[in-house]
Amino acid sequence: MSWLTNFVRPKIQAWVRKSEVPDNLWDKCPNCGQMIFHRELEANLRVCPHCGHHMRLPVAKRLELLFDDGAYQRIDLPKADLDPLKFRDRKRYTDRLKESQTTTGETDAIVVARGRIGAHAVVIAAFNFDFMGGSMGVAVGDGLVAAARLAIADESPLIVIPASGGARMQEGILSLMQMPRSIIAVEELREAGLPYFVLLTDPTTGGVSASFAMLGDIAIAEPGAVIGFAGARVIEETIREKLPPGFQRAEYLLEHGMIDMVVPRSELKATLVRLISLLRQPAPSAEIVPLPKLSPALLHGPREVQGEAGE
Amino acid sequence: MPTFLDFEKPIAELEGKIEELRHLATSGDINIAEEVSRLQAKVDRLLRQTYAKLTPWQKTLVARHPERPHLKDYIQELIDDFTPLAGDRLYADDAAIIGGIGRFRGWSAMIVGQEKGSDTETRVRHNFGMAKPEGYRKAQRLMHLADRYKLPVVSLVDTPGAYPGIGAEERGQAEAIARCIATCLKIEVPLVSVIIGEGGSGGAIALAAANTVLMLEHAVYSVISPEGCASILWRSAEHAQDAAEALKLTAADLLKLKVIDGIVPEPLGGAHRDRAAAIDAVGDAVEGALAQLRNGSDDYKAHRRAKFLAMGSQMPEIR
Repeated sequence: MSWLTNFVRPKIQAWVRKSEVPDNLWDKCPNCGQMIFHRELEANLRVCPHCGHHMRLPVAKRLELLFDDGAYQRIDLPKADLDPLKFRDRKRYTDRLKESQTTTGETDAIVVARGRIGAHAVVIAAFNFDFMGGSMGVAVGDGLVAAARLAIADESPLIVIPASGGARMQEGILSLMQMPRSIIAVEELREAGLPYFVLLTDPTTGGVSASFAMLGDIAIAEPGAVIGFAGARVIEETIREKLPPGFQRAEYLLEHGMIDMVVPRSELKATLVRLISLLRQPAPSAEIVPLPKLSPALLHGPREVQGEAGE
Repeated sequence: MPTFLDFEKPIAELEGKIEELRHLATSGDINIAEEVSRLQAKVDRLLRQTYAKLTPWQKTLVARHPERPHLKDYIQELIDDFTPLAGDRLYADDAAIIGGIGRFRGWSAMIVGQEKGSDTETRVRHNFGMAKPEGYRKAQRLMHLADRYKLPVVSLVDTPGAYPGIGAEERGQAEAIARCIATCLKIEVPLVSVIIGEGGSGGAIALAAANTVLMLEHAVYSVISPEGCASILWRSAEHAQDAAEALKLTAADLLKLKVIDGIVPEPLGGAHRDRAAAIDAVGDAVEGALAQLRNGSDDYKAHRRAKFLAMGSQMPEIR
């Protein structure tokens, strides 16, 4: 053993190996700035253990979290007409689509799956924010129509989980038309008497918030999620004023009566199980044991109390 | 003093000359009268040429022309006994959306739409046609009222978009628009919409999920304004012309895409050059559309649903 093998070689090896070490071992919380070990972050469902900030959760993780045993079946969606407008900005829309398809391994920004939640059959349509900002074009509209129809066929509740900046500009007016189209989808579900839940995640804005996303029978939001119609920058430029703190956050919407509840990720599944059970299983789950008959005195309250009421 | 758009400059110059000559003509000079009619023919030719091939961006400017007839002008000319109805019964009355009952060509109907205003004072009062949640909730209320009394609804759309503001967000702009679209789709009476100027995004579709959607020849209808689209996708609002081109926001393009059902031709040189003729043309088109709907199936709701569901891929049967 020499100085060369004992000291220099490991040093060189360490220096060379450095590039092989995954650079995503640590994540920085965008809210509090604390470093979080990635395994701890994953175990905590991508919620910062220091400040409770909810980071975006990939769709696959989301479905795994909500469905019983993380098991679900994905539904194939029809192949949408790509690029109906032959849209081109600085890049061709078809190239942008291909890019997103390559990086995400998905065909578009929505995933439709069926499975069980608390043993109840449920259909989920979840947006993939990584796919062009979760924007809604024809394919996403297709996904919502398919999800609603599937829920009707299965006689199951539908949970839609938007994570979207809004309509997909590159599909022009056809993306705007997905607003009425998606509303029809959830109205069909409602007419079939099936529950429609919306789980609003960060962000839910623009044409997505102004259509199916705001029409849930029960509206749940994740803490801190940005939910609103107009973008904060557009509002600031229009009114030339600073926006109040917490503007368009889930808690702000709760305060203003726009949603039913803000639920931390760790309690989402239990909340959904409880709600689905309450709506889908109105009868008691076990036979009720009748109580012994109450005496008339107990039913009407003690006489003394009635007497005292007169003073 | 009429407003001329940039590309109308040569026309403006010719018309200025005609004006000058007319002042001279008081002396009864025949040569001047001839010259005037010669110039007038030239103006007409130029107008026809210019307006036959307006670019999408030029159409956007025409659609926003300050002298273009607005909702109030249509109501004044087309609706007898118009009785405006106000308020959403929840918070306020929004002057950006005007609605009420009146007689359209003899028939009672509910009229609703956005009003942009025509001078500084009225523009401010009507908030430039940008509605807040209370506006969309008023529209919902009026559509439900029409539904209850079996009155057809005519909506005239002219808005840059829904208002982006703190109060609007607090009171649920997104929910109000969503519910307004849902109401358009839900009512059991005929609903005819005409995009008379600017059809700006969610603020427009809120009133335009209709059985028949018509568009004036030089109106525009799109998911985002060309400026907004350019600033996001080109990272500079200066590319608004390119964005207008790419968005396919003209009546001809939307008819091809089957998003609208018909185009109402405008008078030579645009609706602002002959407001009465433009308003009449819209009136005739709406009357025709209502008559056609009355002659078809009376399930207007199913008709609307089938129509908007078809604006996407063919959906396979789900087992």
